[in-house]
Amino acid sequence: MSEQSEFDAYLSLADVTEDDHRWAFGTGFADPLAGLGEAVPPDVDPAALAERCLALGDDALIYSHRLQQWVTRAPELEEETALANIALDLLGQARLLLTRAAQAEGRGRDEDQLAFFRDEREFRNVRLVERADADFAELTARLLVFSAWRLALFDRLTADSDPVLAAIAAKAVKELTYHRDYAAAWVIRLGDGTDYSHAKTQAALDALWPLVGELDLDADAAAYLDGVFAEATLTRPTAPALAPVAGKTGRDGTHTEAMGYILAELQSVARANPEATW
Amino acid sequence: MVSARETAEDVPDPEFPALTIADLGILRDVREADGAVTVTITPTYSGCPAMAQIAADLRRRLERAGFRDVAVRTELSPPWTTDWITPEGRRKLSEAGIAPPGAHGGPVLVPLSVACPRCGSRNTRELSRFSGTACKALYQCQACREPFERVKEY
Repeated sequence: MSEQSEFDAYLSLADVTEDDHRWAFGTGFADPLAGLGEAVPPDVDPAALAERCLALGDDALIYSHRLQQWVTRAPELEEETALANIALDLLGQARLLLTRAAQAEGRGRDEDQLAFFRDEREFRNVRLVERADADFAELTARLLVFSAWRLALFDRLTADSDPVLAAIAAKAVKELTYHRDYAAAWVIRLGDGTDYSHAKTQAALDALWPLVGELDLDADAAAYLDGVFAEATLTRPTAPALAPVAGKTGRDGTHTEAMGYILAELQSVARANPEATW
Repeated sequence: MVSARETAEDVPDPEFPALTIADLGILRDVREADGAVTVTITPTYSGCPAMAQIAADLRRRLERAGFRDVAVRTELSPPWTTDWITPEGRRKLSEAGIAPPGAHGGPVLVPLSVACPRCGSRNTRELSRFSGTACKALYQCQACREPFERVKEY
């Protein structure tokens, strides 16, 4: 069984070559799009493509970080595993999208520079993903709304004029469907559960709803959500969208107070030692 | 001399060491021209953390086998599906105590029960839709009581 004994994760870590040095923060891994065509097709506007990929990548990066904060805090180990897996899928989507954004903008940056060295006003995520979950009801309600919205959006992006973005979307659609169904099962269980869990879940939806206005939910996503709310005996809130600040929302780089705290946690170590490798 | 393709097909998956990347359908293509080898792999899930390790393992094994100019590239489209896990891969999963996924693209309209990879009973239940890696769910056998993992259809 020499093949079997040759496989040793620790051995392979020690087996370094010249170009094996990894940046100490973030991925430090090879470009996730290695070998995938970098060129932007001639009929695609690179600036618009960069903007599209950046916004969708930032949504995934920031929401993934919020979900990771539940690890060691979830009510059951199985749910913690679920949330960590969902966060990992979204982090993977963020890596691919930020890499594509960097290729399209053509300024020599990469996914790590975009994730760790941009300031708050340069982030383009919607404000919904910044919010800290007050409780498990808010977690499941937000995951449901976010996944249903993003799934419908990515379904359309599978036909995007950029073949790389279309391929990223086609992969993500499978993952988002699974996330949405997981969240829907919890929202129905809690909404149609005890009086207490129903009240908490309705309160969670009501608290989130002003931030949903920024999402531009399409008819498919809205119909799906209405179906889940009906089964969960929940009422779709009617609160108006959170007002823009001086005409600007998350997509313009204007964020809520929560955003600065997330970025501090996400970026401070990398910024303190930007040259570190291992 | 062992060919580049045979060498690449032999690389074990970091998360399922009993299976090769060819068994799992992660290895998409191996091309050899003028001593240069280009290997194409595909990620299972977008965030699969094993991709960098797989690329490093491929480079190391091919270089040891005498290939000096090795490039590993990633292909996303069409997206990986569990239907690409080979019959041999499914057999190895079962042997390793992991229930293989059912057919994804086929005309299966009724969800079939999952057989316990240890005792074969179909009296099993899903404990969690997620498990220790992105590609698995957690089950328990009601007959022998053993918990087990299952590669989820994707």
